[in-house]
Order: sequence, then C-alpha cells, then structure tokens
Amino acid sequence: MNKFGFTTQESRAIDYGQFDDRLLSYVQHHEPTFLICMSCGACTATCSAGNLIDFNIRRLSLLIRRGEILQLSNEIDKCMLCGKCTLVCPRGINTRNVIMLIKKGISQIKQSENQN
Amino acid sequence: MNNKKNTADWGKYQKEIADDNYYYARSCIRQNFFPGSERTFLKILTQELGKTIYDDQNHTSCTGIGYHTDIVPFETSQTVVARQFSLVGDAGLENMAVSCVTSFGLYNEIVETWKEFPETEAKARENLKKATGREFQIPKNIAHTSDIIYKFREEIWNKRKYSLTNSLTGKPLKIVDHIGCHYAKVFPEKGVGGAEFPKVLSGMVKSWGGEIVDYPERRHCCGFGFRQYLVKANRGYSLSNTKKKLESMAPFQPDAIVANCPGCAMFMDKWQYVLSQMEGKTYGEAKLGIPVLTYEEMAGLVLGYNPWDMGLQMHQVDCEPLLKKMGYDYDPQAKYIGVDGKQIGLKTPVVML
Repeated sequence: MNKFGFTTQESRAIDYGQFDDRLLSYVQHHEPTFLICMSCGACTATCSAGNLIDFNIRRLSLLIRRGEILQLSNEIDKCMLCGKCTLVCPRGINTRNVIMLIKKGISQIKQSENQN
Repeated sequence: MNNKKNTADWGKYQKEIADDNYYYARSCIRQNFFPGSERTFLKILTQELGKTIYDDQNHTSCTGIGYHTDIVPFETSQTVVARQFSLVGDAGLENMAVSCVTSFGLYNEIVETWKEFPETEAKARENLKKATGREFQIPKNIAHTSDIIYKFREEIWNKRKYSLTNSLTGKPLKIVDHIGCHYAKVFPEKGVGGAEFPKVLSGMVKSWGGEIVDYPERRHCCGFGFRQYLVKANRGYSLSNTKKKLESMAPFQPDAIVANCPGCAMFMDKWQYVLSQMEGKTYGEAKLGIPVLTYEEMAGLVLGYNPWDMGLQMHQVDCEPLLKKMGYDYDPQAKYIGVDGKQIGLKTPVVML
C-alpha cells in the first residue's frame, strides 16, 4: 500500500478504441460456428465442472467478446473437457473445440508477450 | 426527430436570475480552500457591476455536507435552512446568491419538498420557532453565484483587461468546463441549460475569448461525492473518478479547468498531485498539471486583478504557466507575501507537482 492508504481502481468501462480482439479473431477464424452462439446457456446448465465449482462456460463467451484475456486465462483451466456442452448445444457449436482454441490462443499470446 | 420541438424544450432551462439586491450565502469549503474567490465575487459585484450584496456574518453552514453523508437528518437541515431564509428576511432582501453548489442544491431541494409536502414546511416553521423564536419567508429568487457571473458576463467583458487567449499565438485558450452535480443534476430546470447542456461556464468562456473542450467524460462527476471521499477506505473511488476525467481530457491538451463547485475545483486540483505521487503521471502540456480555476478567479483574470489577491497561490497546481500564456502582468516575487509584507511561504519556483 502506498503512503496515502488508498489507491485507484481500474475502470470497468470497455473502451472499444483499445479493445483486444486477438483471441476473438483467432477463435472465430478456426471455429466459425462460434459466431452463431445465441447465449442460451444450455452449455452452462449441463456443465459438469459448473455443477461442482464456480465456473460458467457462457461467461467465457462474454469475456472473449470483451477482450478480457487475463480473466479468461484464469477461468479456462476450470474446464475438464468432458464435452457435454457440445452434445446439448442447440446450434451445434463445437464448444469443446472453442475451449481448446481459447487455451491455445492464450498460450500463443503469452508466448509472444514474453518474447517482446 | 423534430428539432424545433427540442429547441422549445431547452427553452425552459433558461432560468430567472435576480438583477440586484442579493443576500450572500458563503460556502464552507471555499472559505478554506479558495478564500480569494468569494472576496473576488464580492469585489466584482460591488465595484465592477455596482450591485448591492449583503455578506452576513450570522449565517451558518447549510448542513449540506452532513446531509449528503447521512450524518444530519433532513428535518434538521430544513430547520437550519429555514434559519438562513429568516436571516435573508432580516436583511430586508428577497434574492439569495449562493456560493456553494451543494447549498444551492439543498436550498432548492428543501423549497421543492415544502411545495410537495406542505406539512414538512409547517414542521420546519414550528422547529425554527421553538429553537430560535424566528419566522421566515421563502426567498423569491435563489441563484448560484455562477449564474450571476454568467448573467453579467458581457458587462465583465466590456471592462476586460485580458481575454482568454494565448498571447503568443493569438489562439483561444482551451478550457475544460466542469459543472457541479448538485447545480443542475438535482433539478435540471434550476440550472442555465439544464443538466445535459449547462451553459453557465461555457457561456462565460466563450464570451471571454476562450474555447471549450468537449471531451468524452465532460459530464462525469469529479469524484468528490461526499461518502466516497470522507470515508478513507472509499477514497480510491473519488480518485478513480477524477483520474477518469483527467485521462479523458488529456488528449485535448487543455490550458485550464474551470469549475463552479467548491468540491470539484478542490478535488480536480489536489488529486492531480496525488495521482502524480501515486502513479507517477502528471497531466498538462508541460507535465506541471492542469491549472484549475473557479469562475470568479477566471472573471478576475479577465478583469486584470492581482492573481495573488485572488488566492491563486493557494492552488495545488501552479497557475503561473497559465498567467504567462495569457501575457499577464503580475509580480512573481509577491506570490507568497503576507498582509504584513513578509514572505510566508516558498521562494523557490515550483518545478514539479
């Protein structure tokens, strides 16, 4: 803590001028079905991990569209890749592949940031 | 959308401002942090505009700070304000000139409450009578002091010694106007231009040769917010709001900020120092901060008053770079000379915040 005893908080407002769309572009490019998600929440309802711990797969879709990569990288490790979400998706989105792509994408972003 | 209708709608936000004979209600914060501003206001009104204004030593705090921090009950505030109204009557006046934006908001809130709920007015009258033996009349006109300067802005311009222009380039100074939330966000019809398009400060700046900076967070709160600031654990909220505004205005490189609220002027000035110390970021063109003026100080500069008589040396962010830009004739050596002619403060120039 600094000498003042308080500090500033980052704004929760999303600045589209500084929007980080790297991960969103990567996922959409490799899994185009992600575009047709209507956020119905069937994936979250059936999620094995979500029934046991604080994990919401529909929220991942929101975070990726907001470019909040740091939060995503904390959340994504909670998925146990059972694939039930893929079975129940009414739009036939390959959500399991979306999860895998998010993991790969985050790993690539971290690697490129470390190199810089 | 029908533009004609919109214009007609905004017409109702042209408030009535009394022409003369004011009762002056001072501000608690301003008397401590910008004492020269209120003195400058009185000087402009009496000496430049020839108006009558009564500066009463008997009036007290309006309780606004206590009310908005949930310390003073509304009923108590009503009784204290009833006493202020009683003092206006004692002075034989009907028009109030209120120095503080929060007092202005509270006076209006109480008058409107009394209109909606007459039993609360009766109770305030009863309380005042029991406590002090006084009676009161509601003033005919309650104006904020920035309203009054706005009303007479052309008269002030006609007596100018300086304009709000850069003397080296001849271009208008870029000024950020900041309106206190309690000025027009409580009752939009009580402010010149309402809550969305308040003209009270931008009107002055434009009339005096300056240029207004229209930046994304222009209508955002300065961050004071009473509860946010007064509880230390919440103080980060206050600072973060000010930072949001400063970040938003920074790309436009404003030459100065002008505010009509005591809290806004104080926090936008002093938080710049805190942000500089805490995060190592200093705003402003030369990285010396963005000077923050009150509207009276800005009017005083246009009229060529001695900046040190107006208390510009009391500001956290040094105002001298602004004076130099304006080509102002002032004595830098007299900056910290007290009333007895002795040096009371720093002699070395400020080089950082």
